[in-house]
Amino acid sequence: MTSVTATPIVKPSGISVPGARRLLLWTGIIAVLAWVLLPIYFVALGAFGGRLGVFRWPKSIWPSDLSAASMLQFLNIEGVFGALMNSFIAAGFTVLFSVLLGAPAGYALARYSFKGQTAFRLLVLLTRAFPLAILALPLTVSFIRLGLYDTAFGVSLIHTVLALPFAVLVTQSLFMGIPREYEEAAWVFGCTRFQAFLRVVMPLALPGLAATAIFAFVISWNEVFAASILTVRERTLTAYLLKVLSESPLHYRFAGGFILIIPSVLFIFAVRRYLFAVWGIASK
Amino acid sequence: MADIVIDRVSKHFGDFHALQEVSLNVGDGEFVALLGPSGCGKTTLLRIIAGLETQSSGRIVIGGRDVSALSPRERGLAMVFQNYAVFPHMTVFENVAFGLRMKKVPDAEVKRQVERAAALLHIEPYLDRYPAKLSGGQRQRVAVARALAVQPAVLLMDEPLSNLDALLRLEMRTELKAVLREAGTTTIYVTHDQTEAMGLADRIAVMYGGKIDQIDTPLSVYAAPTTRFVGGFIGNPPMNFIKVKAESGTVRIGPVSFVAPAGGLDLDLGLRGEDAHLSGDGSGLPFDVRVVEPMGSHLLLTGSIEGQAARIVAPPTATVRAGERVGLTVDPSRLTWIDTSTGRALARPQDSTR
Ligand SMILES: Nc1ncnc2c1ncn2[C@@H]1O[C@H](COP(=O)(O)OP(=O)(O)OP(=O)(O)O)[C@@H](O)[C@H]1O
Ligand SMILES: [Mg+2]
Repeated sequence: MTSVTATPIVKPSGISVPGARRLLLWTGIIAVLAWVLLPIYFVALGAFGGRLGVFRWPKSIWPSDLSAASMLQFLNIEGVFGALMNSFIAAGFTVLFSVLLGAPAGYALARYSFKGQTAFRLLVLLTRAFPLAILALPLTVSFIRLGLYDTAFGVSLIHTVLALPFAVLVTQSLFMGIPREYEEAAWVFGCTRFQAFLRVVMPLALPGLAATAIFAFVISWNEVFAASILTVRERTLTAYLLKVLSESPLHYRFAGGFILIIPSVLFIFAVRRYLFAVWGIASK
Repeated sequence: MADIVIDRVSKHFGDFHALQEVSLNVGDGEFVALLGPSGCGKTTLLRIIAGLETQSSGRIVIGGRDVSALSPRERGLAMVFQNYAVFPHMTVFENVAFGLRMKKVPDAEVKRQVERAAALLHIEPYLDRYPAKLSGGQRQRVAVARALAVQPAVLLMDEPLSNLDALLRLEMRTELKAVLREAGTTTIYVTHDQTEAMGLADRIAVMYGGKIDQIDTPLSVYAAPTTRFVGGFIGNPPMNFIKVKAESGTVRIGPVSFVAPAGGLDLDLGLRGEDAHLSGDGSGLPFDVRVVEPMGSHLLLTGSIEGQAARIVAPPTATVRAGERVGLTVDPSRLTWIDTSTGRALARPQDSTR
């Protein structure tokens, strides 16, 4: 038996190990893609498949008698277009405010040490612990008083409050990941602090800022509660659909669902370039 | 005129004293090397001169102008960072051009300067690349080129050649020296490589534990260290120290006696390995050889004098075997005497033979 153990065992060929790993990788990729894309696909199928397509059983994977009819009908429902615009306004302002307020706060947390830093960080998060439901009534009252009630802009303010903690914390770790030496080198070679930020820190931070923007956008786009209580006529699409769709036929619901998904996807597509910037945030 | 005056600069990080009243004058166009072991405060001093760190006390004066409270860009200097800090989102060309762009130099001139600096550091082939696609040594050269491109009056360099192979380092060293001399650039050059410091610098400042122990020409620092640390830090092999006692003005080691310097009883006798010569007839300091290492240009002998470890350099033709006892003759005028209690050198006695 000893002679057997002494003979070198023929190893499986070197190619099969990476091969197996690649198989695993692709299985994983396909699983994730299916997880994300299949529901979207079925919603799209429902939205464009017409009234009857929705009820067909068994479901076919391939679309039959595609038509934009129910989609167009849906868009023509009174108020849908206005709500869509409101959603864009609210989400747009939310993105703007979250980045403009969140990034400087994150930068300060990353670059300076000051008294109460940890407490500040905790407080930023604690705002999310405060139940919006309790705030609803006083908020409505003050919004009416300030003239912000029933405006998309007013809604965006509340959405900013919701998105800001994440913006602050995400940008903080983002700026921490950008070595201070880059800025220092910029100062030595003639930049003011602000110029160094614009020329060196900003370009490096863009991918992270894009992610922050996406996050703020999606939070605003999907938020229902605040949008519902702070508006009556100027509803955001999500709030509007919530009200309308419960009393609509199924294919309208799919059309509404599809419209809710699309802008987020488009927005992510629009900023994806900055998510995978060519140089990456490699230090040194 | 861009001389630098560092006037009693201290720096504390909390309780830790990184720099203790460091003073240093660098003349216009002079090349000073800051040499010292890791963590002795070289980078900290450089950053204070550049304005990236604020000193706890003291002043920095550049070209007669007190810059202690000015921002980095107002100090009018260039710097090579220890970890390069080459901007990853700009091509090598834009990196090198950065300082010129900030000065709003016209494009044609920028191109000329960048190409000059790139040629000097042999990085022309990479001008269009992003730093992520460069090796460490190439990135380091980009950092040096970026600093040279602005033709600064004052240049601070923090171990700018540390990542190059020996051959390239030697070449860059000579080219740097020539270029900086020609441009009359006042330079402070941080390194832990003593041969680099010896070869490049007009003067060497040896730092230790947040203080400058000695500042002098390379030859003086080598031949006449003012502290035990400097003697032990500079030279390869480092200076040998032999503990001796002075009795009535005389120090005896075996059969040899020396005139003791004034001022101390417990002494360290500092002896450079190449200042001792094999006497041939066994007279002089008794040296017990333990290991003989042929180094090509010389023999490195490791052993002991009076039981205290020492390293001696002998000619390559010498016939010395391990285990042998040989005699060493030394020139008393080349000895260094250190007061053991203070670690500082004592003046050599005038009449040194007895
Ligand atoms: N920001 C800081 N906070 C606290 N301590 C610091 C800070 N910067 C430097 N130090 C300390 O000051 C000392 C000197 O650091 P410095 O970077 O100047 O060393 P150095 O001489 O450049 O060393 P090396 O040759 O390894 O680069 C070190 O002990 C370091 O730990
Ligand atoms: Mg250093």
